[in-house]
Amino acid sequence: MALANTTDSTGLSHQMRKRPFRRPGENLIMVALVLCAAVSIATTFAIVFVLFADAIGFFREVSFWHFFNFANDWQTLFDPRSFGVWELVAGTVNVTLWSMVIALPLGLAAAIYLSEYAHPQTRRFLKPLLELLAGVPTVVYAYFALTFISDDILLPLFGENISFFNSLSASVMLAVMILPTIASVSEDAMASVPRDLREAAYGLGATRLEVAFRVVFPAAISGIMAAILLAIARVIGETMIVAVAAGSTPNLTLWPHESIQTMTGYMLQVALGDAARGTTDYTSLFAVGALLFVMTFALNVAAQIIVRRFREAYE
Amino acid sequence: MSIRVRSTNPTDDEAREALQGRPAEEHVPSHNITKPEGEPAFSISDLNFWYGTKQALTNVGLDIPRKKVTALIGPSGCGKSTLLRCLNRMNDLIPGVTIEGNVRYRSADIYGPGVDPVEVRRRIGMVFQKPNPFPKSIYENVAFGARVNGFRGNLDDLVEGSLQRAALWDEVKGDLKQSGLALSGGQQQRLCIARALANNPDVILMDEPCSALDPIATLKIEDLIRELSTDYTIVVVTHNMQQAARVSDYTAFMLTDEEITGQLIEYAPTEMMFTQPGDQRTEDYISGRFG
Amino acid sequence: MSFVEATPDAITLRAEGRVARRQAWSRASRWILLGATGVGLVVLVILGIDNAIVGIPSLDWDFLSSYPSRKAEIAGIRSSIFGSVWVLVFTVAFAIPVAVGSAIWMEEFAPQNAILTTVRLNIANLAGVPSIIYGILGLAVFVRLMELGPSILAGALTLALMILPMTVITSVEAINQVPPSIREGSLALGATRWQTVWYHVLPGAMPGIMTGTILAVARAAGETAALIMIGAFTFIAFDPALSFSGLLDSFTTLPIQVYNWTLRPQTEFRANAAAGIIVLMIAVIGLNALALVVRDRLRQS
Repeated sequence: MALANTTDSTGLSHQMRKRPFRRPGENLIMVALVLCAAVSIATTFAIVFVLFADAIGFFREVSFWHFFNFANDWQTLFDPRSFGVWELVAGTVNVTLWSMVIALPLGLAAAIYLSEYAHPQTRRFLKPLLELLAGVPTVVYAYFALTFISDDILLPLFGENISFFNSLSASVMLAVMILPTIASVSEDAMASVPRDLREAAYGLGATRLEVAFRVVFPAAISGIMAAILLAIARVIGETMIVAVAAGSTPNLTLWPHESIQTMTGYMLQVALGDAARGTTDYTSLFAVGALLFVMTFALNVAAQIIVRRFREAYE
Repeated sequence: MSIRVRSTNPTDDEAREALQGRPAEEHVPSHNITKPEGEPAFSISDLNFWYGTKQALTNVGLDIPRKKVTALIGPSGCGKSTLLRCLNRMNDLIPGVTIEGNVRYRSADIYGPGVDPVEVRRRIGMVFQKPNPFPKSIYENVAFGARVNGFRGNLDDLVEGSLQRAALWDEVKGDLKQSGLALSGGQQQRLCIARALANNPDVILMDEPCSALDPIATLKIEDLIRELSTDYTIVVVTHNMQQAARVSDYTAFMLTDEEITGQLIEYAPTEMMFTQPGDQRTEDYISGRFG
Repeated sequence: MSFVEATPDAITLRAEGRVARRQAWSRASRWILLGATGVGLVVLVILGIDNAIVGIPSLDWDFLSSYPSRKAEIAGIRSSIFGSVWVLVFTVAFAIPVAVGSAIWMEEFAPQNAILTTVRLNIANLAGVPSIIYGILGLAVFVRLMELGPSILAGALTLALMILPMTVITSVEAINQVPPSIREGSLALGATRWQTVWYHVLPGAMPGIMTGTILAVARAAGETAALIMIGAFTFIAFDPALSFSGLLDSFTTLPIQVYNWTLRPQTEFRANAAAGIIVLMIAVIGLNALALVVRDRLRQS
């Protein structure tokens, strides 16, 4: 700014340099603005500190190896208590797997339809409607997962073969919840594939279907990967749907008909159970929370890196 | 489909009648529009075109000869690219366009009922202004058309043959697996030509194929165009008059003026057009007085 | 080329054989893909209808104006409506000034260096942090460390941090939309940079900021997990006091009440949950619609 012109030392420009576009009082405003921006940095530090401080307390009681040992159950209710986190991770992976099995084909189909088939006016109308699915409070989906999907559909359909609380009912509603994420992020990726490539394919006598699947889809694949990672991060972090409908029995299984417990489900259970501060139950909340935070953080960062690479490839 | 096509001459009877030697003058009203000898590859008459309500072509009519190079020249905005894209129905892909008139390819009305644009584009290949190889290997770029068409012959031979015809084989035969995007601009454009040739088209449309290339790469493409014209009908849009003079047998000059957008001013054998233009506006343009 | 040789060979440009099959697939794919696009919406409509059938009979003035109860037929959502509104008012009051302040600093004043890049990346990552983690943060910092207890204040602060990244991102976008020529014009007239921001940039960015704020409120209005984490899952049968000390009262919110009823094994509570969902969805859809209206209104003026 004004400091660039340091060789000039005439009075006027010296004065201007002293007060570059600023009045008394504005320095205070500047400080306030910087403080505002600092809040988000402080939040990150606070999250990391809070999670890891108490997680360290947990690992004083329970060894790291015990926590990550496949052979151990997650059994915190009665002695001998055992904190093998893989059962909770398995629950999270379980709902992630099945919700993606449902949401991926539908979400990508929607993205392809909106990007390659829909008339601009249809798209303007359909996209906000689809995005409304992401705006529905998750407790509403939780209620539907339990009362509608599980009670009214899955139980009559499978009877004894499925438990009342099951991973599938939660996965169905999780899939509905993340549909717009997959559809809209993938659609953005496909829309940024250059028009040239579509024209080249059409010029060679490709049909719309072939252009969409053989040219646009492969060209947008990294953006689509980012969409999938973001969707997975959302599923992993979602709490209400799994806490209500998937059950509360830690279970090392990937079957959709069984009752399970996810990491978030366990955390909510501890919060409802009024665990006393300092107990292993209480600190286990932070250990699981820290693991959850690391997982979602890694997914989000990976998605951002992929998106940035993808943008560079087409700029 | 989002286009409205109003064919003024859609019936089969009339098509047959046209084949049985109707006088050509009916299609080419102006005395500055030459009718090339022989049976034309394309026969265009009374072609009007609108983007939405904006007219882009007005009463264009000309015959494009077979196995010759025809250049479309004119200042930007004159409609030459639009005309080119009418020949393989690429304009269908733009929402809200209207096409009126008659475009015949050999005997068939390109906009006739039942005509499939995919079939049209398979026979009438296209090369674009900016080289646009797919982000795939050289091999897959050339094989694309064959793969979507379910080609049953020897794909390796087809790829090699097409690359040879496009004068690219010697430069890339060592590594067909490398990405098409790794090639230089001129090589990319020849790859795009090879890709079009692999479809075994009758016609190749080229939309300013050299405008993004350096002079040496441009010369190579121009040589290639000359060479290909022994077997293919080629229509090339260019705003480079020297290029039109170098590569084409026939030249069409188009212009948008205050009253009429996208009109065909003059159409003649290239030599004649550049030595004794029949229209003052053509002369002004080729002597560089505007455009 | 002689005329004889040029006898027109009959060609057809109709789709035949393979091309016809490919085109048939292509045409069919349009409807298949449209169908797949519609699945989510159809599910939402079915759930909405099912929910309306179950919930509407319970939805009356008594339901809106009664406190929760162990008896399903007299239970209502009075305290959760008050709780929701109170918490949201303070959430907005805390989050928006901070979010807009950060956005102004990032777009108008920050030096273009590693610090700014760090702040940007940090906000993008915070936006992806699950709400339950914000709940843990609120529990450890506001409830325990600052000893606010599971109060309206603690809830509002927790939700404010949760919606902060989202509101910063939308505010940054809104400020970005203001054309640079407006800034230059103002600076050229001798205005300071802050005056330029205050009198020209912010009014121009207002529609975008308002829209983002309303959408963030919609998200906070439906948040459950973070508030349960700070201990807001309690039985509340009083209205919050309209005083500063009232901020330290415990509270419940509409989504928490819905969760509570969903957990009850008795089927009568299912109708209550459904009725609560109707109210919640009206609020959320209303806020989304409001966001669209605000954007269009302010853009015109």
